[in-house]
Amino acid sequence: MSHAKSLRPSATFSQHVLDEIHRAADQGIYEIRGFGAKRSLPTFDDLVFLGASISRYPLEGYREKCATDIVLGTRYARRPIKLKIPITIAGMSFGALGANAKEALGRAATAMGTSTTTGDGGMTEEERQSSKTLVYQVLPSRYGLNPDDVRRADALEIVVGQGAKPGGGGMLLGHKITERVAEMRDLPRDIDQRSACRHPDWTGPDDLAIKIQELREITDWEIPIYIKIGATRVSYDVALAVKSGADVIVVDGMQGGTAATQDVFIEHVGIPTLPAVRMAVEALQELGMHRQVQLIVSGGIRSGADAAKALALGADAVSIGSAAMVALGCNRNIFVEDYEALGTAPGYCHHCHTGRCPVGITTQDAELEERLQPEQGARWLRNYLTTMVLEIQTLARACGKTHVLNLEPEDLTALTIEAAAMAKVPLAGTNWIPGNNK
Amino acid sequence: MAAFDLNSDSVRTLNQHLHDSPSGTLSVTNPGGRHCIACGIDAPVEVSIDGHVGYYCAGMNKQAQVTIAGNAGPGVAENIMSGSVRVKGNASQSAGASGRGGALIIEGDASARCGISMKGVDIVVAGSVGHMSAFMAQKGRLVICGDAGDFLGDSIYEAIIYVRGNVGELGADCIKKEMTADHVQGLKQLLASTGVAANVDEFRRYGSARKLYNFNIDHADDY
Amino acid sequence: MCGIVGIYLKNEDLYPELGGFLAAMLVEMSDRGPDSAGIAVYRDPVPDSSCKLTLYAAGDYDWEKLQKEMAAYLQSDVKLDVHASHAVVIASAQVASVQDWLRTQHPELRIMSAGSAIEIYKEKGPPREFVRQFRLHELNGSHALGHTRMATESAVTTEHSHPFSTGMDLCLVHNGSLSNHNRLRRTLRDEGVDIQTDNDSEVAAGYLMWRLREGDSLEDALDRALTDLDGFYTFAIGTKDGFAVLRDPIACKPAVMAETDEWVAMSSEFRAIAQLPGAANATIWEPAPATVYTWGH
Repeated sequence: MSHAKSLRPSATFSQHVLDEIHRAADQGIYEIRGFGAKRSLPTFDDLVFLGASISRYPLEGYREKCATDIVLGTRYARRPIKLKIPITIAGMSFGALGANAKEALGRAATAMGTSTTTGDGGMTEEERQSSKTLVYQVLPSRYGLNPDDVRRADALEIVVGQGAKPGGGGMLLGHKITERVAEMRDLPRDIDQRSACRHPDWTGPDDLAIKIQELREITDWEIPIYIKIGATRVSYDVALAVKSGADVIVVDGMQGGTAATQDVFIEHVGIPTLPAVRMAVEALQELGMHRQVQLIVSGGIRSGADAAKALALGADAVSIGSAAMVALGCNRNIFVEDYEALGTAPGYCHHCHTGRCPVGITTQDAELEERLQPEQGARWLRNYLTTMVLEIQTLARACGKTHVLNLEPEDLTALTIEAAAMAKVPLAGTNWIPGNNK
Repeated sequence: MAAFDLNSDSVRTLNQHLHDSPSGTLSVTNPGGRHCIACGIDAPVEVSIDGHVGYYCAGMNKQAQVTIAGNAGPGVAENIMSGSVRVKGNASQSAGASGRGGALIIEGDASARCGISMKGVDIVVAGSVGHMSAFMAQKGRLVICGDAGDFLGDSIYEAIIYVRGNVGELGADCIKKEMTADHVQGLKQLLASTGVAANVDEFRRYGSARKLYNFNIDHADDY
Repeated sequence: MCGIVGIYLKNEDLYPELGGFLAAMLVEMSDRGPDSAGIAVYRDPVPDSSCKLTLYAAGDYDWEKLQKEMAAYLQSDVKLDVHASHAVVIASAQVASVQDWLRTQHPELRIMSAGSAIEIYKEKGPPREFVRQFRLHELNGSHALGHTRMATESAVTTEHSHPFSTGMDLCLVHNGSLSNHNRLRRTLRDEGVDIQTDNDSEVAAGYLMWRLREGDSLEDALDRALTDLDGFYTFAIGTKDGFAVLRDPIACKPAVMAETDEWVAMSSEFRAIAQLPGAANATIWEPAPATVYTWGH
C-alpha cells in the first residue's frame, strides 16, 4: 500500500531563493526593485504603551489639548522650521515619482502644516509651488543642484545615505529617464542612470563640516541644514553629524523604501529602525545635544502607533516615504490587470523601478500618471496624516501627555527579547533590558 | 572698489556683502587658506583674491568673475553655474565638482578628481590633472594641456575631454575619439576665450564608449 | 576624522621656535579635531648610552618619588621633567631595562614614547587648551608632528589620541578611516604586537612596528602598508631624523605639503601652513596617492 508523502519545502532553498538563483542564472545581473525590505524584522509592533492606570492619569480629548507642533533647526539657523505635526514627507525624487505624485505630496503637506523633501533629481517647480515647506536634498549625484533652488529652499538635507542602501547611490532605469527627467539630471535620455555613492567634493566628517559651512555661507545662515544617514553605525554617525555642525539629523532604518535598488542591498545592509532610534537618541544625549539637534526617524513608519513609539524613544519627528506612497494608492486593489502585466499583484507589488506603476505614482508615463490626480492624491494623504496624528494623540493622551514630545521610553514596554534589547525598554512583566549595558 | 582684508574682516562679512550689495569690483587680501571665500555669488562682479584659498572658494558661482592669485583648496568653483573662476596657482582635489556652466581656468595643475561629476562647465587646465579626473563627467568640456593621471573619465557620460600630454590608464568606458573640425574649432575658441595658449593640433579627444549606458536586461518582468 | 600637521626645520637657528610653529598649526586645525590633541616633538637628543621616555599618569602623580625609585633601581642618573599630565624621563641606561621596570613596577603609568629624541604628549580637550597646558611655545626641537582629533569609531580618551608610537623614535598620525583594522588587530596581536585600544590608527602604527621589527625599511614597510591596510588614509610618520607621508591609492583625505629654504611642512589644510613664516612664498604641492615621501637629515 503506497503512502503519499506531502511535499516538503526547504527552508534554506525556499521557492523564493530557487526562483532568484534561476533568474540570476538566466540574466547574469543582480535583481533591481523598488519598495523597502520585505523580510520579517523587529519593528515597533513589539513595543506597547503603558496607558494610564491608578498611578498615571489620562487626558480627556477636546479642550485637554495634546499638542503636536515641533520646531526643527534651532541650533544655528536664523529661520528654523515650525511644523504643526511631527510627521514629515521623506525625500523621493521627481524621476522616481511622477509630477502628479510630487504635487499631491506637496499639497497634502501644506494642508497639514508639514514639509516635503526633494529627492535625487532636484527641485521641480510644481513641488516648490505646491509645498509650503520644502527641504532640498544635496546628494552625492548633485543632479539638478543649483544655488537658486538652494536659496528658495526652507532647509537643506545633505544625504550621506538612506536606509534602503546605506553606502549606495541613487539609481534610475532608462525607461524612466524621459526628456524632462534627462534634462533635470543632465543625462542622455533612456539610459540607465549610474549614481555616485560618495559626495564628489568631501569625504569624512571633518570635510563635511567645511561643506556645511559652505552651504551656510551660500544661504547666509538663514535655513537649517539636515544630515541624513542610513542606519548602520548610528552611534558614531550621529555623534559625527553633531560635530560636523548639523542642525537636524535624519536616521533612516533598513525598512526605508527606494524606487530602484539592488535587492541584495535592500535586504542585507543596514539595521532596523527600532534599534536605530535609541542609538541615535543616546548619542545625542551623550553629547548633551538631545532636543538641541533635532532627530527625525524614518524607515517603515506605518501608523500613529509607530510614530508615537519613535517619539517616546526620543525622536523629535518621523518621516514617511513608503507609507505616503501607499496612501496615494500604492498596492491598492485597482487596475489589477496592470499589476499582472508586471508579473505581480496588488499587495505584492514592488515594481517602482519599471516605471509602469499601475496606480500612476512611480511613473513618467503620461497615461499612467492620469490615474493619480494631484487633488485626489492630496486628499488621501491628508486623511492618512490626519489619522496618524489622531492616533499619536490618542496614545499620548492615554499616557497623560499634553505634548506628544513628552512621551518617553518609560511609557513603553517590550513584548519580545529582541525589541527589549534593541529599544532598551524592559521586557513586559520584568525589569530586564537584555544586552550590553555600556 | 570695495576691499576686504581677511585678517580683520570675517569671511561671513565678505560673503554677506557679496550677496547683498555686490559692487563692480572687489578685492580680497590675506585669504590665508580660509574656506568658503566668495561662495554663492549671484551678480556680475569681479572679485580678486590675493593669496591662497581653502575649500570651496567661489562655490556655486553665478555670473561673477573670480580670480585667485594663489592656490585653491578642494572643491574650487564646485557647482559653478556661470561666470568664471581663474586659479593662477594650483587647484586641489575635486576642482569644478558638479559644475553646470561657466568656466573654471587653472593656470597651474589640478589634483585628483578634476571635473568630477561635471554637468556642463568648461574646465581648462594649463598644467596637468590628477587621477580620477572627469569621474562620472556628464556634460561640458575638460581641457588638459599637460598630462592626465590614471582613470581619466572613469564612468564618463557625455562630457568631452581634450588632452595634450600623456594619459595614464583610462577609466571605465572612456576611450579615445576622433577630433573633427568642429571639435578643433570649439577647442580653439575655448582656449582663446580663457586665455590659455596651446596648439589645438596637439590635443586628442576622449569620451564615452557608451557601453555602460544600459544594464543588460530587456523585459519589465525580469526587473 | 582629524587634522594632521607636521613641521621639519632645515635651519637649526629656528629650532627654538619649533613649539610656536607647531602650536599655531595645531590650533588652526581645531575645527577638524575638537576632541583631543597630541604631538610628537623631536628635541634634545640624548647620547647613545641613554634613553628618553615620555610617561603619562592620570590625575596627580608623585613624579619625584618615581625619579628616585628609578635612579635607585638603575643605579644611574635619571632626569625627569614634568609637562602637565606627562613626564619626560632621561635615564643613563638601556631603554629595554627601563621599559621592563616601568611595566612591572609601575603599570599605572602609560609609556607614550621611547627613543633618544622623541617626546609624545596627548590629551583630551580642545587644541587651544592643549597648547596652553603643555606650554608648546616653550618647546624647541628639530621636527614635530601634531594631530587634532574628531573621534569616529572609538572613544575620546587619551589612549585613543594620536600620535601612536610604533617603536624607538617612531610615531604615526592618521587622518581617515581604515576598513580592515579589526582583523589586522587580531593578526598583530598574534604576532606579539601590543595593541591596547580599538582605535584603527593604533593598528596602523602597530602594523608599521611589526614590519620594521621584521626587518623592513621604513619605505618598504609603507609600501607594504598600501596592500595590507584597507580604507582611506593620510599618514604622517615621525622618525628620529625626519618624517614620512603616505596617502592611500584613492586619496580622498586631504594632504598639503609646503617647502621653503627654512622648513618643510605638511598639513590636512593649507590654512595651518599659512601660519608659518614665509608660507606665502613656499612651494606648495599635494603628495601623490600611493607614494612614499620622506624627508630627513
